Amino acid sequence: MRYLYYPGCSLKSTGKSYEESLLAVFKALKMDVVEINDWNCCGATAYMAVDETKAFAIAARNLALAEEQFNKEEEIHVIAPCSACYMVLLKTKMFLEQNLAEKGRIKNALKESGLNYEGKVKIRHPLDVLVNDIGVKEIAKAVTHPLKGVKVASYYGCQTVRPYSTFDDQREPHTMDDITAAIGAESVDWPLKTRCCGASLTGTIDRVGLPLSFMILKEASKRRADVVSTSCPLCQFNLECYQDNMNKQFRNDIHIGVVYFSQLMGLALGIDPKTLGMNRLFVPPENVYKIMKGGEKVYV
Amino acid sequence: MSNTNGNGTIKGITPRIGFYICHCGHNIAAMVDVEKVQKFVASLPGVVVSRDYKYMCSDPGQELVQKDIKELKLNRIVVASCSPLLHEHTFRRAVEKAGLNPFFFHMVNIRENVSWVTDNREQATAKANALARAAIQRVFFHKSLETKKVPINPDVLIVGGGIAGIHAALTIANAGKHVYLVEREPTIGGHMAMFDKTFPTLDCAACILTPKMSSVKNHPNITLWTYSEVEKVEGFVGNYKVNIKRKPRYVIEELCVGCMDCIDACIYKEAKYPDEFNQGLSKRKPIYIPFPQATPQVVLFDPETCIDFKSHRCKKTCIEACDRKAIDLKQVPEYKEINVGTVILATGFKTYDAEKSPQYGYKKFPNVFTSLEIERIVNASGPTNGEVLTKEGNIPKSVGIIHCVGSRDEKAHKWCSRVCCMYSLKLAHLIKEHTGAEVYNFYIDMRTPGKGYEEFYDKLMNEGVHFVRGRVAEVTDWALIPEEEHKLTIRVEDTLIGVVRRIPVDMVVLAVGMEPREDAQDIRRMFNISCSTEGFFLERHPKLAPVSTFTDGIFIAGGCQGPRDIPDSVAQAGAAAAEALSLISAGSIELEPNTASIIESFCSGCKSCIPLCPYSAISFNEGTKKAVINEALCKGCGTCVAACPSGSIIQNLFEDEQIFSEIDGLLKFAGIELEEMEVVNA
Repeated sequence: MRYLYYPGCSLKSTGKSYEESLLAVFKALKMDVVEINDWNCCGATAYMAVDETKAFAIAARNLALAEEQFNKEEEIHVIAPCSACYMVLLKTKMFLEQNLAEKGRIKNALKESGLNYEGKVKIRHPLDVLVNDIGVKEIAKAVTHPLKGVKVASYYGCQTVRPYSTFDDQREPHTMDDITAAIGAESVDWPLKTRCCGASLTGTIDRVGLPLSFMILKEASKRRADVVSTSCPLCQFNLECYQDNMNKQFRNDIHIGVVYFSQLMGLALGIDPKTLGMNRLFVPPENVYKIMKGGEKVYV
Repeated sequence: MSNTNGNGTIKGITPRIGFYICHCGHNIAAMVDVEKVQKFVASLPGVVVSRDYKYMCSDPGQELVQKDIKELKLNRIVVASCSPLLHEHTFRRAVEKAGLNPFFFHMVNIRENVSWVTDNREQATAKANALARAAIQRVFFHKSLETKKVPINPDVLIVGGGIAGIHAALTIANAGKHVYLVEREPTIGGHMAMFDKTFPTLDCAACILTPKMSSVKNHPNITLWTYSEVEKVEGFVGNYKVNIKRKPRYVIEELCVGCMDCIDACIYKEAKYPDEFNQGLSKRKPIYIPFPQATPQVVLFDPETCIDFKSHRCKKTCIEACDRKAIDLKQVPEYKEINVGTVILATGFKTYDAEKSPQYGYKKFPNVFTSLEIERIVNASGPTNGEVLTKEGNIPKSVGIIHCVGSRDEKAHKWCSRVCCMYSLKLAHLIKEHTGAEVYNFYIDMRTPGKGYEEFYDKLMNEGVHFVRGRVAEVTDWALIPEEEHKLTIRVEDTLIGVVRRIPVDMVVLAVGMEPREDAQDIRRMFNISCSTEGFFLERHPKLAPVSTFTDGIFIAGGCQGPRDIPDSVAQAGAAAAEALSLISAGSIELEPNTASIIESFCSGCKSCIPLCPYSAISFNEGTKKAVINEALCKGCGTCVAACPSGSIIQNLFEDEQIFSEIDGLLKFAGIELEEMEVVNA
């Protein structure tokens, strides 16, 4: 099966290492993945609040581009790795299915730029594709460097399973934990898998945002996780880059690696850390490297 | 149209039709212009009189029809009013009293099918006109029919031996009729036998239930078959044939006295397997008796765990221990066939699987229990002899009871399970009594409508049980402060003070709701009844026929019909027993004459109708090589009529000319004429 890939803004900027690691993993698993030509911003949550119709039209343009690019396929699978993009594209697709009048208006708008949207697109999260299309067995088969002994706290963030839960349990998601098991690592059982990281509040009102991130990292450390694994560029950013601020504000000494699940997968598949963008991390997951190298520290 | 011969005479009879349209107060008249319909129908061929009246079903309404039949010599009657389910019988009886065959009457539903389902008066009136015209054209072709009477077998089958089944069985048996009580489990008693106390009086469940259980066992009019299941049901009201499988206990029921010497002698010195009756909280041996008051008092083997069934290498110390020679490891299932006239289904419910709501941590945290588990734990004969302890063996200092687990929840079941508020209060009282712990009830709304129920709630508040209004978000071991370490923290929005609270407790009780049994759909199919969308058995009418079903002679009682408590289950069981007894007392039943029959000269003997009949009413006469329909078995579903390739099956009240002229009446109203009516002309 062929997949289209919608990076969204984060995976080309702050979340660059998510793109690098994910594409490397897809390649290692021999998946046929092509980027959507001329994609635009999904509108994120901000634009929805300003002008719904325009926000849906902007997001729908990406769906129309996908249909144009894969016009010969019966079903078009678009992988949207960023949680916000995934949620917005899914919301747009569902909105257009349920509101035929708005769909007509948006189709007319797309026609102006020579595009058409039929509704053949399926929005997929990389966790969904990896677990349900590729399968954990195939992933396990491809593993060359199992992360034996590494304790991983899987952190899904809020938008992957909420408000829509298309491929995983809303309250107890498990797909990332399934992958963790497939690459030989150990999942930490913890109740904060989908708790809010503070999202944009960490950047704007940090007295509200920071405590939320701090609680997550503190509980992960308390449960002896070696690393926190995420699937959202904003979560990764909040949890990793503000650890100094958190320690200052809460007089603590949190120091824990926060990586993308695809980076851990890449390590297990034998891909070198630099290709996985791990050199870009602010807090290198030292424990992971140590355990992998049998106690020796690896330098990236 | 050709079939009225132009002058309105069919086969030598001139139809004289009376038409009556009912206002039904405002129910119909507010949306249908009844006067307009009345005038329209008056202009149709064959109609002698057309009237509108406020309440046709009232005595004066019926008398109006009867007077017209006599004075105007009417020979066809059409009433446009409500659903035939409600009043077809009323009007047929009225017509019959006036000396006309009741099947010359036809009913048009302009309430449920017209006035209640639109807010457009003009269209409603037009539709009422169309339906009225269709009925007028149809009734031309009605024939005089006779109803058949069949005798009712006085024996009753009751499926399910919980409190509802037990009560119904005793009521019928005490009335002198014979009852077959079939129970799937090795003992009767159902869920009630597992409870410790009953709300709101706090009397002991066993004390009030076990005398009834032993009465069932000893009653001369009750044949009790436990560990048995119904396999097949055939027939119709008054004459059901039922096949029952009696699963092997590997113990001869008539010889065993329940001395339990065999259990002591079992080569397993320690009980090793989860005890179903105690919700798996204690262990039993491969040979066991479910609980001390089990009825019948007969042991049984679990072939899944008994060594001899697995390897045939057991020393069989149990057989040696039994001086009555009651153990028979070669026992095979026994099949019984019985004939009964009526059936009461009291197959009960199951509790919601709390694992489906993972936010409450059932099976994840050892100290999260379901309400049924706590019922066993507080019970003196339960796994802890009535001591309420955490899994670590400590007396809990604080206990949280979470209401509405699986109920009133869009993600689980939308319905209120009705009993959980009250049993949660009862468990709160018992836990406090046994442990002195602080008990918190987390509720959405307290629902205590019942005799003495609100007073019980009041008593609990005075006892110092805490009530927090809000649906619990989660039960977590995520501790934020030292007081929460090593405890379960309940996170909840207290909606009365508008604050999110975290309440650490030692033990959590999940008040699980009631849902249909897994195989309710199989039972529904077997007995040919309906289920509501939730999967509970559907009553014939929610208010006026609450224990009847759409299949005559099959009644329902207890939790299989919907969530209910013990008093309501018993009341329903009594009602179902009374309904069955009323049929039995009548002695016979009138069958609807809407049966199918075969025109022998047309039948080619292709047999295509035979396997289609859901009631096995069609057989094949090898002598004449024609199909034959048993009128007593035929329910008038029409499947064979539609399927017959040679058109040689006709069905009373649904003959081709009746249906086609009805369709023609509808289409005419829409401006469409049926020119050629092949079937009618043939």
